[in-house]
Amino acid sequence: MTDAAPLLQVRDLKTHFTFRAPSTGVLPGPKRVLKAVDGVSFDLAEGEVLGIVGESGCGKSTVGRTLTKLEPATSGEALFRGRDILGLSAGAFRPLRREIQMIFQDPFASLNPRLTIEQTLAEPVRIHGLARTREEVRARISDTLVKVGLDPKVMTRYPHEFSGGQRQRIGIARVMIVEPRLVIADEAVSALDVSIQAQVLNLIKDLQRDSGISMLFISHDLGVVRHISDRVAVMYLGRIVETAPKAAIFEKPAHPYTRLLLASIPRIRPGRQPVVDLGEPASAASPPSGCAFHPRCPLATDICRSTRPDPVDLGNGRSSACHHAGQLLGEAA
Amino acid sequence: MTRPNTDASDLLLDMRGLTLGVATPDGILPVVQDLSLSLSTGETLGIVGESGCGKSLTSLAIMGLLEGTPVRVLAGEIFFRGRDLLRLSPRERRAIMGNEMSMIFQEPMTSLNPVYRIGDQIIEAIREHRPMSRRAARDRALELLTMVRIPDPAGRIDSFPHQLSGGQRQRVMIAMALAGSPRLLIADEPTTALDVTVQAQILKLIVELQKDTGMGVMLISHDLGVIAETCDRIAVMYRGRVVETAGARELFQDMRHPYTRGLLDSIPEADEDVDRLSAIPGRVPTLDETITGCAFHPRCARAGAGCDSDQPALTAFAPTHFARCHYPLEPDA
Repeated sequence: MTDAAPLLQVRDLKTHFTFRAPSTGVLPGPKRVLKAVDGVSFDLAEGEVLGIVGESGCGKSTVGRTLTKLEPATSGEALFRGRDILGLSAGAFRPLRREIQMIFQDPFASLNPRLTIEQTLAEPVRIHGLARTREEVRARISDTLVKVGLDPKVMTRYPHEFSGGQRQRIGIARVMIVEPRLVIADEAVSALDVSIQAQVLNLIKDLQRDSGISMLFISHDLGVVRHISDRVAVMYLGRIVETAPKAAIFEKPAHPYTRLLLASIPRIRPGRQPVVDLGEPASAASPPSGCAFHPRCPLATDICRSTRPDPVDLGNGRSSACHHAGQLLGEAA
Repeated sequence: MTRPNTDASDLLLDMRGLTLGVATPDGILPVVQDLSLSLSTGETLGIVGESGCGKSLTSLAIMGLLEGTPVRVLAGEIFFRGRDLLRLSPRERRAIMGNEMSMIFQEPMTSLNPVYRIGDQIIEAIREHRPMSRRAARDRALELLTMVRIPDPAGRIDSFPHQLSGGQRQRVMIAMALAGSPRLLIADEPTTALDVTVQAQILKLIVELQKDTGMGVMLISHDLGVIAETCDRIAVMYRGRVVETAGARELFQDMRHPYTRGLLDSIPEADEDVDRLSAIPGRVPTLDETITGCAFHPRCARAGAGCDSDQPALTAFAPTHFARCHYPLEPDA
C-alpha cells in the first residue's frame, strides 16, 4: 500500500435501527434500538482490498449499505478522498455515486427483466454523461462486456436468457462501466455454484488489479475472503473485533472469535482443531455486557464481562479488541 | 421381489439403476440416470454436487416425496433392508417413513409450524408412529431434546419456533427426525442456512448421534468441505449421474474424475494462498440442454475421442473406488 492518504477513512461509524418490541398485550411494545453497526473504524487505501467477514447479524452488510447511503448513518464519519459523505444530501452525493459502486449478492433481483443487456448498461453511462453519441455508448458497452468475459453479441438479450454466473458478470459490468474508485461487494459470489464462483472470483481479482480500484469485499466465507483480500476485518455484533493483513489473521488470529471462526470451517484436509461448543451469537438488539463475545469465549474473565475492549494496536498493521490479545499472540508465537 | 444378494446383512439401502425423469411439453427429460449406490448400517455416505446434479431428487425418491412434483421414477430399484421401496403399497411405505427412515432439510423455519410449541410438534411426530399417552410422549420429547443437546430442554419444550435460534431450530428438526429411532437418516443440506460456527456444532451433533445410535446417514451437500469432514464414503454427482465414488480418504488421495478434481480446485481455502483459482470453464448445464456422451465433456480439459459420443461406464480403480471417465486422471506420483 502507498503512504498517501487513504481513499476511505471510516471513523466510529454507527448505524442504529429503532423498532418496537412485540406487543405483549393491548399496548404497543416498548421502543428498542438495534445497534447493527456500533462504532466501526477502518481505513481503505487506494488499490487495496479489505475483506469484511462475520456471521449473520454482525453488521457487515449494514456497513456497506451505510457507506453507499442506502441506510442513514446514526453517527460517525466516512471520509472519501478527505470529504465526509455521510452528511451529504442526496443531491450533493449524486456526483460521487459514479465513484462508489456496489455489487450485490443476487444478480437475479438486481437486473430489470424487461430491459435488454444493452439498455441495462446504457443507463448508467447516460446518467453519468460518460458518452455522447449512441455509437460511443455502444462501444463502451461492448468493451465492458469483453472485460467481464462476455461476448458483445449478448447485448440484445434479456436477463432470463443467462445463467447465474453470467448474470453476475452482467452485474459486474454495470458497476465497472462507470469506472468507479471504490467498489463495495456484498456477498458477490455467495449465490453461485462453486465451479462458477471460482470463475467470478478470478474475474473480480483481475478487474480490481487492472483498474487499481479499492474494494470492500463483504462475505461470510473465510476462504473467499482470504483469496480476494489484502487485509481482513472480522466483525462480531456490530463491531470490528480484529483487523490484520490477511496472512497474519489466518495464520495467527489475535482474537478468540477469529480463532473460533477459523476452527469452525469444515476442512477437506484432516487436522482441524476440535470445535468448542459455546452456543450461538447473541442478538444485536440485546448484546451481552462488556465484550459481546464473552458468553462464547473460552478465555473470558471478569473484566470481559464488565468492560468492553477497544481495538488495541498490536503493530504490523494489526489490531484486536480483546483484553487477552497479548496472551493469544504469545501462545501462537 | 427381494434383493438378490442378501449376504451383507448390514446393508441398509441399495439403489440400483435408479432413473428419474421430469415430464415437459418436449418429452421426458432425464434428471437422474442409472444411479447405483448403497449404504450400510453405521455408515455415513455423502453425496456432493452442484445445482441440478440430482442429489436432492435422489433423496426425495428414497423418501417417496416425489408425489406432487413433476418428477417420476422411470426405472430402477431402491432396496431398504431387502425390500424394494418402489414396490410397496403407499400404506407399507408410510409405515417406514418417519420410523425406520427419516429426513431433515435445509431450512428448519419452514419445516416447523410457527403457531405450535416445539414440544407439541415433537409429541405429534412421536405419536404419529407409536401410540402412547401424551404424558409418555412428552417424556420422550424431553429425552429427544436432551439427545440433540438443546440447552435447558425442560424450559425450551414449550417455546415457539421463532423464540429459538437457527441452530436450535435445526436441533429440534433433528429431534423430530429421531422420534422413530430411524435406521437411516437423510440430511439434505442440513447446515447450508446456518452460520459457520453453528454449522460446525450441528455437524458434530450428527456425527455423534450416528455413532451413538449406529444409524446410517446419507448427507447431501454442495459443500465438499462439509462432506469431507463428516462422511465415510463420498459420491460425486454431475448432471444426474454419479461420476465418482470412493471412501473419503481414498477419494482425496487418488481422484480420478476431472470433475472431482475441478470441484476441489475451485474452492478457495482458508488455509492457503493461491493467486488464481483453477476454475472449471463453462457453466453448469441446465436440464433442457441435450449433451451427448459424457455430460462433463464440454467443460473438460481432458476430453478426447469418444467423450462427446459415448457415455463412459463406471470403472473400478480399487474395490471401493469407481469413476465414469474415458480419460481418467493418473494417480498422483
